[in-house]
Order: sequence, then structure tokens, then C-alpha cells
Amino acid sequence: MADLRSDFIGIKSPNPFWLASAPPTDKEYNVRRAYEAGWGGVVWKTLGMEGPPVVNVNGPRYGAIYGADRRLLGLNNIELITDRPLEVNLREMKAVKRDYPDRALIASIMVPCEEEAWKAILPHVEETGADGIELNFGCPHGMAERGMGSAVGQVPEYIEMVTRWCKMYTRMPVIVKLTPNITNVLYPAEAAKRGGADAVSLINTINSITSVDLDLFSPEPMIDGKGTHGGYCGPAVKPIALNMVAEIARNPETHGLPISGIGGVTTWRDAAEFLALGAGNVQVCTAAMTYGFKVVQEMISGLSEYMDEKGMTSVDEIVGRAVPNVTDWNQLNLNYVAKAKIDQDLCISCGRCFAACEDTSHQAIAMSEDRTFTVIDEECVACNLCVNVCPVEDCISMEPLAAGATDLRTGKTVTPDYANWTTHPNNPSAKAVAVEPAE
Amino acid sequence: MARDVFEPGIVPGRLEPQAYGEGFSDLHPPLDEHEALVAADRCYFCHDAPCMTACPTDIDIPLFIRQIATGTPDAAAKTILSQNILGGMCARVCPTETLCEEVCVREVAEGKPVLIGQLQRYATDHLQQQGKHPFERAAATGKRIAVVGAGPAGLSCAHRLAMLGHDVEIIDARPKPGGLNEYGIAAYKTPNGFAQAEVDWLMQIGGISFRHEVAVGRDVTLEELKTDYDAVFLGMGLVGVNALGAEGEDKAGVANAVDFISELRQTGDMSKLPIGRDVVVIGGGMTAVDAAVQAKLLGALNVTLVYRRGRDRMNASVFEQDLAASKGVRIVTHAVPIAVHGNGSVREIEFEYVDEGMKGTGERLRLQADQVFKAIGQTLMGEGLPELDGRKIKVDGTGRTSLDRVWAGGDCASGGDDLTVTAVAEGRDAAMDIHTTLMGAAG
Repeated sequence: MADLRSDFIGIKSPNPFWLASAPPTDKEYNVRRAYEAGWGGVVWKTLGMEGPPVVNVNGPRYGAIYGADRRLLGLNNIELITDRPLEVNLREMKAVKRDYPDRALIASIMVPCEEEAWKAILPHVEETGADGIELNFGCPHGMAERGMGSAVGQVPEYIEMVTRWCKMYTRMPVIVKLTPNITNVLYPAEAAKRGGADAVSLINTINSITSVDLDLFSPEPMIDGKGTHGGYCGPAVKPIALNMVAEIARNPETHGLPISGIGGVTTWRDAAEFLALGAGNVQVCTAAMTYGFKVVQEMISGLSEYMDEKGMTSVDEIVGRAVPNVTDWNQLNLNYVAKAKIDQDLCISCGRCFAACEDTSHQAIAMSEDRTFTVIDEECVACNLCVNVCPVEDCISMEPLAAGATDLRTGKTVTPDYANWTTHPNNPSAKAVAVEPAE
Repeated sequence: MARDVFEPGIVPGRLEPQAYGEGFSDLHPPLDEHEALVAADRCYFCHDAPCMTACPTDIDIPLFIRQIATGTPDAAAKTILSQNILGGMCARVCPTETLCEEVCVREVAEGKPVLIGQLQRYATDHLQQQGKHPFERAAATGKRIAVVGAGPAGLSCAHRLAMLGHDVEIIDARPKPGGLNEYGIAAYKTPNGFAQAEVDWLMQIGGISFRHEVAVGRDVTLEELKTDYDAVFLGMGLVGVNALGAEGEDKAGVANAVDFISELRQTGDMSKLPIGRDVVVIGGGMTAVDAAVQAKLLGALNVTLVYRRGRDRMNASVFEQDLAASKGVRIVTHAVPIAVHGNGSVREIEFEYVDEGMKGTGERLRLQADQVFKAIGQTLMGEGLPELDGRKIKVDGTGRTSLDRVWAGGDCASGGDDLTVTAVAEGRDAAMDIHTTLMGAAG
């Protein structure tokens, strides 16, 4: 079994799987059970300032979308930060950290955008023995209306300012949690770095309405006939999160800034993908809320098996491995030519590839009388839609053409040379003319 | 108190009273909403789906399953019923394991097809239990059509004709409509009076009337029908029963399986129905299995189904064969009856084993029997019928017979495979051709 021990900005945990700040980490009872189940760390549900705590709605807080067999794909919530008194949370955090010294315990914090407010709360948090703090600049609902959460996270100057305060008033490492509800995630990430953040974590949830009640004409989740946008998370948001993580990882201004990856991590594979795109660890919420704390056991065994197969001895060996391969579209090799190939032994003849290609793509799949489906190389542009709609894994694959082979669609010989759009003759601003232009 | 199961002879009440209800309850209990959604989610919505091609009525199966999956079972029912007005019965009695579900890509891939039959029942039940009829009649055409036989072919034909605006009179020899749905199918496949409920629901289209207990050839001639109506559809099925050709087959205790099933279906109290202790059913089709299984369910101690060829040649599907076996029916193959023994009543029946070429081997088998059911096929009965093709009425692809303005479909017509669903398809297609013919003539 591979060594999964993680050291994220000096915070040690037995594995890189942390529970994100969310309902599962709102109290001692849950957190103890999470640690018992095997979670490497916990980001405690966001603390607010002293005084009367926030209140939550007394109706549904969550809405969902489903895949086949009611498999939960996306979850949204309109829950606020912890609605329990600050002193209760602090007392419980201290007790838990005392009993689980080997696990990471991070305090998520959200107080008004005033220096005094941050200055006041940080010593209390420090006193619990927490390993670090996470600044909640991401919550998109409720708190944002009060000038906190994503209202701060959408203004890079505020991020920088608050981060700087925190670095000034605590010795604890500072993680800045970013909202995806912005146009370019690099601005807030760069601001966090300028403010002295030790790391960023992302993504927080995405503004969303999951569905509409077609009898009441109310958004879901519905509270007394009305609904509001909530924060979307779960497997459906993973692609958005992966891209934002990768953008920060490959951006020269933020390259090397530690990242805690969040967003739809459901299996060990999802976690490994976040790590490969530059995250130093991952935070999980929806998978635990859907299946319970036990899911971490599969994440641990899966990542361990993968590392063993790859001969990796440390999680850090995965981190960032895919970043050099994330590029801009204009750098993609236009001389790379692939064709779809259907494995007739695996094909179950459902014909979905045919319907997709014939109706909505390039008419590049032929269907015979006996329902044999074959690719027409003369038409195939290797768009991958047939692969994506095929219900059988690995039945359709994209096979690259070797150099020297002829692309039957264009009639051109495949060249081993790399050529991208920047040099393509069709590009009005091409810098140079390619010797053997791709189509 | 139930009689001793060992008591010889043909006697009623062999079982404890509650055993009848259990035995004759729904073979496939209906899916509840959750089960239906889970089952529907497994459908891949195949292009030009093999299931649809395999369905004799060409129901758009992927579409109706998607309609179930998206919470509109009534729309799913309309998709089904627009192709097959007896979709509810077919969902219960179709040998789906040899039709749609056999070619389901998930059966091919995993050995577990989408539960098409049960989903069809879910949708049609959902609609019909609300009493909703989703079709409306077109403007009256003034045409009158006689439909002979109130079975699946006749009902299907009549409904389609009525929907197109014609007036239809169904003439049937039995006291109740439904044909084999009402008289000829195992009770556990269509319990709780479904056959009649379905006919009542079908009749909501309007424009259809019944004349019960009128037999063509006995009470009315085809010639008279041709005179009185603009067109005639013959869907009277096969009412004659083939003989065994074995010595002594007239002994008491030897009966037709179809009569046994018919009597059983019309009995309100199964415990009053007499059944033998040692029952032998001869035949290899659905009727043979229906009779054998129901004999067992009535409390027969030993039920043996004897077929002259191998199991692979039986018309009863593998599912039906397995069902019989699971109920305790013994299946003997490659044996033909040669003599029925007994003094007045049957005591034993003697078979000779045959090889694959149906040639006698000389090996004999004697089975103790106090009741023998013959299920070796039915034959067409009637006078003045159109030209035959072998033993059935010769028809073309749209049901036209050799006689002008006379169509035929279902078991009495050539082609097809004697399934309810085939009869429905033939009735429907004949109706469309009748409509085109009559309206074309009018125009």
C-alpha cells in the first residue's frame, strides 16, 4: 500500500482527502465520525463572528439533479455558515483536535470585511489548536447579500486586503477559498497570492437553480412558494473545477501557489485528476453527503493502488504532472489526425453512435442490415461524440493515424511535424507559413 | 378441509382454500412506480431499436420507455396503444423472451433485458385504471363493417375501424367478448377480470356493437354478412381441436386442453373445479403449458407434459418450459401417444418413443392417468369460407382474402404465428386496408 501521507503547506494529514467546509463538518459528532472513517483532514464548517449566530431556512436547503437510476449528479444548497454559537464550535474544535492530533483541522472563517472583525476572531481560532484557516470568500447565497462570502471573493482588492489582515494577525497558514462565480479565476487567485496567502482552495459552489416546480412555478429548493439561487456542487461541477485549478496552476503569476482542489470529487480517480492538474490535496463534500463518510475508504484504496501500479511512493509525485500538458487551443497540433474505431466484439449494436453521428455530426458511421456499425474514415473528423454516447466503455476508441498514412477524409498524408494555428495559412495573423499545412 | 392429494379420480378441492388464490395470482406482479423508473432507466434509447423491429405491432418501445422515465406514463400508454390497442393484454401474455426482450441490446450484452413487457403493463395499466381512453373517432363515414370474432384480431380491427369513423358490429359465438384472452389463456397471466376490463375500455371509442352467441355458418352466413355490410373481417380463430389419433381416445377423462382452460377461466371458485390426480397433457405449445401448469395449481399430484419432438422444437418458449418445470410439471419429449387404456375411463396412456425423424423406436412408456388433456393444435371450422392456404384462410399482407370485401386475420388466417400480438397487428392492418378500400371507392 502506497504512502498517502500528505503535507499541504506544512499541514500534515495521513492522506490527501479532507472534508470540505460544509454541513458534514458542522459539529464534533460528525467530525469525530469522519476521522474514525479515515478522512485525513476536516475543514470545519464556516465560523461567523461572535454574537447571535445566523439562522437557516426551515424548509428544504438542498436541490438536486439526477442521472439514471436517480444517481445524484449535482446538488445545490441554500444553507448559510454555521448556525451554532461561535464558542460552541471553538470548544468542540479544540476537543476534537486534542483527540486526533494526527489529522488536519482547518477552521473556515467568514466575518465582515472589517479589519477589527478578523483581528478579533483569529486568536480564538488559534487557541483551538487548529492547523490553519480557510477564508470563505466563496459562499454565493445569503451571506453574499450581507457583503461577505462571494461578495468579497468577486473583488480581488478585498481578497488581497483580508488575506493580508489574516497573515498579519495569525501565525496559522492561510488558505483562501475562491468562488467560481467570476469571469476569470486568475484575478482572485493572484490577489490572494499578493495578500500573502499560503494556498488557495477552489472551487466553492456555483450559483444555480436546480429545477422549477411546474405546478407552483417556483424554483427548487422551494420555501413557501419562492426559491433563491443556491450553491451548486457534486459530480456535475468537476469539469469546471478542474479547469479553474489548472488555470491557476499553469498561470505564471500563480504557478507554484499551493492549491486545495474542490469540486465534485467522488472517487479516487477524481482526486488523482485534481492532483495531476496541480492540486496538493482535495476536499470532498457531496460524495460524503450522498454516500456517507465510508466513501473515503475507496478513495484511499484506489489512490494507493494507482500509485503502486505507477511505482509512485508519494502523493507529491502526482501533483502537477498534467499541468505542462494544459495549453491554449492555438497550441494544439493540427497535424494530429485520429479516426474513430469500433470494436465489433464489444459493440452491442444499440446504434447510439449512428444516431449521434448521422443526425448531429458528420455522417461518418455506416449501419448495415444486420446492425453492424462501422466508421467511414472518409467522413470521420474524430470528433469523439460516438465515444461519448456509447454505453459500452472502450468499445469505440480514437486511433491516431501514423505519420505517412493517408487521411482518407482530406486525402493528405499525415506528417510527423507539429503545426498549430499560429502558423496555419488560414490564420490571418499567422506568424509563419507552415511547410505542410494541415487542413 | 381439503381432500387428500392422493385421492384418485377427477375431484375438486384437492388443496387448502387459500392455496388457490396464491397459485392463480399474477405471474408477474405489476411494477410499482419506483421499480418502473429503475427499469426504464436501463433503456439505451437505441437507434432503430431491435426491440421495436421484433414487436409484431411495431410499438415504439424506446419512446414509450423514455416517456415512463420522464414521468409521463399516460403518454407512454398512448404510444403503445396507438400501435397495439390490446397493449395491456399483450404486456401480460406476449412471450417477450422470444420477441422484444430477446433482442434487447442489454440482453445481448448482459443477459438481462430491459423489462419491456412489464414496463408496457405499467404504462397501459396507469392509463386504463383511470378509465381514460386516449383516442377519438373521426367523423362518421356511413360505412358498416361486420367483424367476426371478438378475439384479439377482431377487437383490434374493430377499434381501428371505429376510430376511422366506421360503424362496426362484432359477431361472436361466445357469450362474452375477448376470444382467447377471455377463454384461452392461463388465469395467472391475466387475473382479476382484466380481459373484460380491457374490452370495456376499448369500447369507449364508440361505434362498436356486439352480437353475442351468433356463429357464422350456424346462425348467419358469410353471404348474408357480405350483403348486409360494406365489408367483413373474419377473425374467428380456430375452434376445432385436433385428435390424437390414438386408440381409445374417446374414453372418459380425455378432454381438450382448450375446453379445460376455458372452463377454468369462467369458474369463480377454483376449488370447485375437479382435477385428476395423475394428469397427462399432450402437446408442446403455450396451450399445453397453460393446461399443465394450471392442472398442477389445481392440486394434481402428478402432471406430465408429453411432446413428440425435442424441447427445442416446442412452441412454448424456454421461459414457459421453465415455468412449467418450476411448478412441478414433468416434461417428457420424443414420445407419441398410441393408446389410451382403461375401462370406460382412462387409467393409463401409452406412448412410443420416437427419434428426431419421428420414427418409432419401439420403446414404450405407460403413464398412469385419470385425466388427459389434448393440446396438439386447433383447426379452422366453417362453411363457405374464402379460399384456404393449407388449413387456414389465405390472405395477403393486408389481410385480403379471395373474396371481394372480405378480409381475415388472427389465428384463422394464413401466416403469423398464432400469438395474441400477431393477431392484433393483423386486425389493425386489415382495418387500415378496409378503410383505404372503402373510402377510395367512395372518393
